[in-house]
Amino acid sequence: MIQVKNLKKSFGTNEVLKDINVTVNPKEVVVVIGPSGSGKSTFLRCINMLETITGGQVLIEGVDITDKKTDINKIRTEVGMVFQQFNLFPHKKVIDNIMLAPMKVRNIPADKARAKGMELLRKVGLEDKADAYPDSLSGGQKQRVAIARALAMEPKIMLFDEPTSALDPEMVGEVLEVMKDLAKEGMTMVVVTHEMGFAKEVGDRVIFMDGGLIVEEKVPTELFDNPQEERTKAFLSKVL
Amino acid sequence: MDFRWDIIVDYAPLLLKGTLLTIGFSIASIIFGTILGLFIGLGKMMKNKLYSLPFRWYINFFRGTPLMVQILLIHFAVVPAFLSTTNAIVAAILALSLNSAAYVAEIFRAGIQSIDKGQMEAARSLGMTHGQAMRYVILPQAFKRMIPPLGNEFIVLIKDSSLAALIAAPELMYWGQAMQGEYMRPWEPYLSSAAIYLVLTLSLNFLLGKLERRFATE
Repeated sequence: MIQVKNLKKSFGTNEVLKDINVTVNPKEVVVVIGPSGSGKSTFLRCINMLETITGGQVLIEGVDITDKKTDINKIRTEVGMVFQQFNLFPHKKVIDNIMLAPMKVRNIPADKARAKGMELLRKVGLEDKADAYPDSLSGGQKQRVAIARALAMEPKIMLFDEPTSALDPEMVGEVLEVMKDLAKEGMTMVVVTHEMGFAKEVGDRVIFMDGGLIVEEKVPTELFDNPQEERTKAFLSKVL
Repeated sequence: MDFRWDIIVDYAPLLLKGTLLTIGFSIASIIFGTILGLFIGLGKMMKNKLYSLPFRWYINFFRGTPLMVQILLIHFAVVPAFLSTTNAIVAAILALSLNSAAYVAEIFRAGIQSIDKGQMEAARSLGMTHGQAMRYVILPQAFKRMIPPLGNEFIVLIKDSSLAALIAAPELMYWGQAMQGEYMRPWEPYLSSAAIYLVLTLSLNFLLGKLERRFATE
């Protein structure tokens, strides 16, 4: 579903991703962990071209998104993204945040988009907040709306960029619950997170990144209980 | 000091005529200046340095030279070149619009660039084009932030329209000066003019305040 081949990314002379090769299969949940500055967020952002790639290839369902002829906007409708800072549109009500892209990008009529939006809000437990503005919501509620907004485009893949890192501790659970439900439904997910519990429970595979490279890549139980690399051991001993 | 209210009453019809022209100047220049300013602001933000160069120099020129010089240039040189004769009203509107466009361009640019880049990323990640993201996500938010500085600029513009008296465009200041000439008295004409300008700028202030509240979320 996602194939990343020899991915390289530099910001000026700073080489952030050195040579990344990853394949994500349909319905798989891949969790990316690693110390800050390891390039994990940049890696995620390369998957939907929010960062311009310096070298290598990213294929989404066989389509090379680095090819100039590829319509990146079309690809992005298939790849939902959830950000650490939520990035809700503050000038629009919750329901309008969710309806905007389906209406403008997919040309879905307003009544259908609204019905779909309300269904998604029910799913994330926020249907009573449909007419609220984002500023009146808590962090956890904002992130759940952001997830609903991404789902409204009916993507085949969901990318999560540290979705709980900006939340107060008591709100982390509600967001992870929504993500777990999504994983159970068979959504293909790539999740960058510091939530090791989530990685163990939900992840089909865990990737440990450090210094712009994939150091270790295993099923969660193996990686957490029996890490092979020194750097993985050192990192896990700090966070577990 | 005796203050002669009677000469103000006598001159009231002419002051009113001038006020209407001042309002007309200002509204026309605000509209043209804002539209032109949006394009120049967007032009200046173009990544290609060569393309953005003319827009940067437009702003440099109109912000960096006195409005009075611009009015005289346009009235005595630019307009005659196109219309064979000159026209003070056309020249005044043209000068004020071109001048305010330079300031409005910078207000637009600052407004757009003040929006967190996460907003653009979120919009693009949903599959919107750059244009759609601008139109539905960035500009509405930027516009709300641009209201106070735009209000400032429009107030400056109303006051600066008085410079059109210099080329004998029969607006408020022109009639104020005529009144001084006729009665040889300074206080009545200029205090009347000042009071009328104050009413105009305060009214605009009031309208902008309402507009700003309409855009408030929460």
